[in-house]
Amino acid sequence: MPPISRGFGGRPRREVDPSRVPPGQYVVEDFPVLSAGPTPRTPLEQWSLTIDGAVDEARTWTWDQLRELPAKTFTTDIHCVTKWSKLGTTWTGVSLDTLLEEVETEAEYLTVWCDGDYTTNLTIEDVSDGKAWIAYDFDGEPLDPEHGGPARLLVPHLYLWKSAKWIRGISFTPVDEPGFWEAAGYHNHGDPWREQRYWND
Amino acid sequence: MAGAALLERLTVARAPVVWRLARVRAVEEAAEAAVTIVLDVDDWPGHAAGQHVDVRLTAEDGYQAQRSYSIASAPEDPGLALTVERIDDGEVSPYLAGELREGDEFELRGPVGGHFTWRVQDGGPLLLVAGGSGFVPLRAMLRHRAAQGSDVDSRLLVSARGWEHVLYRDELSSFGDVHVHVTLTREQPPGWSGSARRVDAEMLRELGPGPEERPRVFVCGPTAFVERAADLLVELGHHPAAIHAERFGPTGR
Repeated sequence: MPPISRGFGGRPRREVDPSRVPPGQYVVEDFPVLSAGPTPRTPLEQWSLTIDGAVDEARTWTWDQLRELPAKTFTTDIHCVTKWSKLGTTWTGVSLDTLLEEVETEAEYLTVWCDGDYTTNLTIEDVSDGKAWIAYDFDGEPLDPEHGGPARLLVPHLYLWKSAKWIRGISFTPVDEPGFWEAAGYHNHGDPWREQRYWND
Repeated sequence: MAGAALLERLTVARAPVVWRLARVRAVEEAAEAAVTIVLDVDDWPGHAAGQHVDVRLTAEDGYQAQRSYSIASAPEDPGLALTVERIDDGEVSPYLAGELREGDEFELRGPVGGHFTWRVQDGGPLLLVAGGSGFVPLRAMLRHRAAQGSDVDSRLLVSARGWEHVLYRDELSSFGDVHVHVTLTREQPPGWSGSARRVDAEMLRELGPGPEERPRVFVCGPTAFVERAADLLVELGHHPAAIHAERFGPTGR
């Protein structure tokens, strides 16, 4: 039985569908920025996306090549481990399924790497079958650098630290290797509906 | 000592992140519309300066709300301190920074966050850049430095709207031999001798240390402030990997 906070009667300012808000989260209208360092700014002509590591043959796409791949615009809810959720966000990008079709691998784990030296680890299952995207437009406009532009990973069913900003590559690994936050005490998987915030959750 | 330091680091990192009972020992004014809440926490596992905690409030009918707050106290301080700025249309901060008093209880878990941290054994020089309530985790670092009797070259830049909005005003001279520079962006008291403009390259260059001294840089504040300060520091030549940033609050879109 948790202690009652005397005099606390807080309520969200706005009615939201509770079935869309994971435990411990609150809904924001704005779009907070959480990043561990300066915002990197890589010119598009120097930008590329690589899939390497435990694959038969590494594959690289330039910015123009990525933009030629079939893209989709979709609307989803996003959830940050720092407690805010943003409902009904609209993104445009390329499904990771499209990119993964181009490489052969038997590895089940992957590390996403980024400009700014950020990394995060995922399983192949969590990025397959329409669950993950390389997103480059937000609300119909090019993604702002502070939100991860030119392109970020988007894995909306997991806490947003898995949706790595400024993505530049995906390395398949034979074993699961904790990424930047995962090695710093955050949960290895990060399912907001199971409130997997920290390592022992 | 190195072994003890390593053990301390591992112990803090591995302490289970579980809800603990926190009892308010004192509520102190930290600035205009901001309070420092000093807590006794059951079985607190210790923390590193710069880390944060999750707070969970429970209303009488069982409704709960969670928020994250930076730790304002050094690991050496008695009691765990949080500084909370009141955001008038907020759900939690008006309670913490208005209603809460000595003897009240809530739940708290942590510490969490392993990147935006500094321990004296990490060394320096240290360059701390605070915008508004972004001062909170940097204060923990400076109190830790003072408690350890460290003489690491340390510089602190504080930016606030006006003097009454500067957190920990009465403490600014008590951090030891730290070079402190304050800039007040909107209103300055009569006879103000600090800066009176937004953070810019010249201000950062004058404060130092320069990139050639490879300082550990910590920037904390509202998103726009951190974006600007971190960009300026990169332009001055500081290595992006040496710049630790913590942003809070909204952006335009």
